[in-house]
Amino acid sequence: MILTTVNDSTSPNFLTGYRDAHLVQGVIKQIHQRITQPWTIMEICGGQTHAIMQYGLDQLLPAEIELVHGPGCPVCVTSLELIDQALWIAQQPDVIFTTFGDMLRVPGSNGDLFSVRAAGAQVRVVYSPMDAVKIAQENPDKQVVFFAIGFETTAPANAMSVLQAEKIGLENFSILPANVLVPPAMHAILSSPENRIQGFLAAGHVCAVMGYWEYPPIAEKYQIPITVTGFEPLDLLNGILHTVIMLEEGRTEVENAYTRVVSYEGNQSAQQLINRVFQTVDRNWRGIGAIPKSGYGLHEAYKHYDASMKFHSTGIQTEESPLCIAGQVLQGLKKPYECPAFGTQCTPQSPLGAPMVSSEGACAAYYRFGRKTK
Amino acid sequence: MSQTDPIKPIQIQGPVCPLPHHHTETVVIGHGSGGQMTRDLIINIFQREIGNEFLAQGNDAALITFNEAPGRIAISTDSHVVSPLFYPGGNIGRLSVSGTVNDVAMLGAVPAYLTAGFIIEEGFSMDSLKQILISMAETCREAGVQIVAGDTKVVEKGSADGLFINTAGFGIIPEGRHVGGQYAQPGDVVIISGSIGDHGIAVLQARGELGFDSEIKSDVAPLNHMINDLLTAIPQVHVLRDPTRGGLATTLKEIACQSQVSIHLEEESIPVKQNVRTACEMLGFDPLYLANEGKVIVILPQEKADDAIQILKSSPYGVMSTRIGYVSQEDPGNVLLQTAFGTTRILDMLAGEILPRIC
Repeated sequence: MILTTVNDSTSPNFLTGYRDAHLVQGVIKQIHQRITQPWTIMEICGGQTHAIMQYGLDQLLPAEIELVHGPGCPVCVTSLELIDQALWIAQQPDVIFTTFGDMLRVPGSNGDLFSVRAAGAQVRVVYSPMDAVKIAQENPDKQVVFFAIGFETTAPANAMSVLQAEKIGLENFSILPANVLVPPAMHAILSSPENRIQGFLAAGHVCAVMGYWEYPPIAEKYQIPITVTGFEPLDLLNGILHTVIMLEEGRTEVENAYTRVVSYEGNQSAQQLINRVFQTVDRNWRGIGAIPKSGYGLHEAYKHYDASMKFHSTGIQTEESPLCIAGQVLQGLKKPYECPAFGTQCTPQSPLGAPMVSSEGACAAYYRFGRKTK
Repeated sequence: MSQTDPIKPIQIQGPVCPLPHHHTETVVIGHGSGGQMTRDLIINIFQREIGNEFLAQGNDAALITFNEAPGRIAISTDSHVVSPLFYPGGNIGRLSVSGTVNDVAMLGAVPAYLTAGFIIEEGFSMDSLKQILISMAETCREAGVQIVAGDTKVVEKGSADGLFINTAGFGIIPEGRHVGGQYAQPGDVVIISGSIGDHGIAVLQARGELGFDSEIKSDVAPLNHMINDLLTAIPQVHVLRDPTRGGLATTLKEIACQSQVSIHLEEESIPVKQNVRTACEMLGFDPLYLANEGKVIVILPQEKADDAIQILKSSPYGVMSTRIGYVSQEDPGNVLLQTAFGTTRILDMLAGEILPRIC
């Protein structure tokens, strides 16, 4: 792939069409016109939280709208036992542990991947699971493990890495399966007795893979409108506008405000890839707890690519500290600045909780973009 | 998930958070990022043991004085550990000369002499070494400086990554120039001498890990002539700083803290090349935090801003110079970015190492 130079002398004005200030003001105006009462809306995805904070979109919305930040940051919700397994596996002799960069700072019970790398472990940042397969090919005398985290978005590539390893007969490649799924988390949030979410912005990139056929039953069961929403300022505001209109009209439907990327069925071949390699399993979410059938584990036929079996890494004693309110933040019950540690003991360079680690984590987004208070 | 599955409501587990990892026991890669962790390392370890009034100045170079001639001198040192050693637009040789020349120039000095120390891993290609030295010589000629002392150490295979170069440099500060991060004044204008993020992306891309190619080149260059022209015409310049590691945002935050002022930026006026922006979008980087090696931030009184931009633009390294913001006393120590939508966000220092987002 080549990134071409559009205008090398460029570009004081780098904003694309979906960031057009004039169009944004237009949608804001419509939201103000349509809203008549307070509504609480959750954006599921951490990428959306990040964009809202980055562009300060919450500063433009009417006071009636409360945006609640959902658990859609894979770094934040990857369970402590999986992080601890990752740390343990990375420290085994002759292991090259590969991971997306975000995971390096996530604290386990006792240390993070940065610490184990500083202590001599081979931890490498990759940008795609296929890079990990390549590293395995190039290092036949090492065991190469890929930390397969993410939502449905990363699952096809994670599945592909396993199929690729099988195709070329790699015996020194395995993954630590950690994918989590959005719809079960929505079920769990909506069925909580403490739930106060009245509308959802569904994560556009998850829907690009999975479609949105899973959402109408949720909208119907919990009587809640859901809008498939993208990530640019105009996309986000459009998603909010759709949701506000449905709320004001008393409709509990699923609408797609990200049609340029998302179809109802989603990416069929990606879904087939996922279904071939993975099966749904119960999974623990950090800060939330166990959610049934909310993760992808490897099918029986591919179990020999499961690093936790290869390295017998299950059963590690984990220990969370009682210092922050990450759990409540991830469920949208608390705002990051309501945590007493926020911005003082807990900062991106010394995170107490996972939401402070990733740029998609709600706490980090608040911290980075200076939102010490609402 | 099918509708027949029993859905367990969420039970709050109670506060769940891991123990903090402050990385106080070992040095980790983030300590070298140029951001907050680097600052913590300097304050907690280096300043405590070897701190003095000169290091406490907190600028790119230290200002030292002699009672007799030559008066005021700027002195600076910088180690270069870039990986890979060669990348589009430059290499470690050009970087090691430019980096130190620029640091000395940022105090208003005219850089004159450098020293160079080489730590070479055994097995390093003699050809590559020659190429790097040719590049250093060319850059010295361009900058009008000479390397007057040197040192070479060879270490065992595995004890270094190919080649590390340390350079130190010094130069005399002409009378009438008083430039430093502590001198920003409310009412001043903030200028950047060109597009940001080129070096950061060029180096990352040269590592071959990004999965794409581009025409992005490092901006690495010695800026001393451009700066000397500027200061000769406008000695009233308050601050010069090159936004290297940590990028524009971290550097401005340092200046805001040093001068106890707030710096206000307009996002739309900050020049970012389209291909750099595209790469950042793909990787989840913010160009405001990417390294530059051939750019300077100029802060000076408003009435001198147009003249300054004109002078900068007459240098090949400053053709895209533009005004990006202003200084005020509203919110001391903070850098505030106004977005295209009229909203505001606070820019903090880079925390640790820049990490790509995953999705």
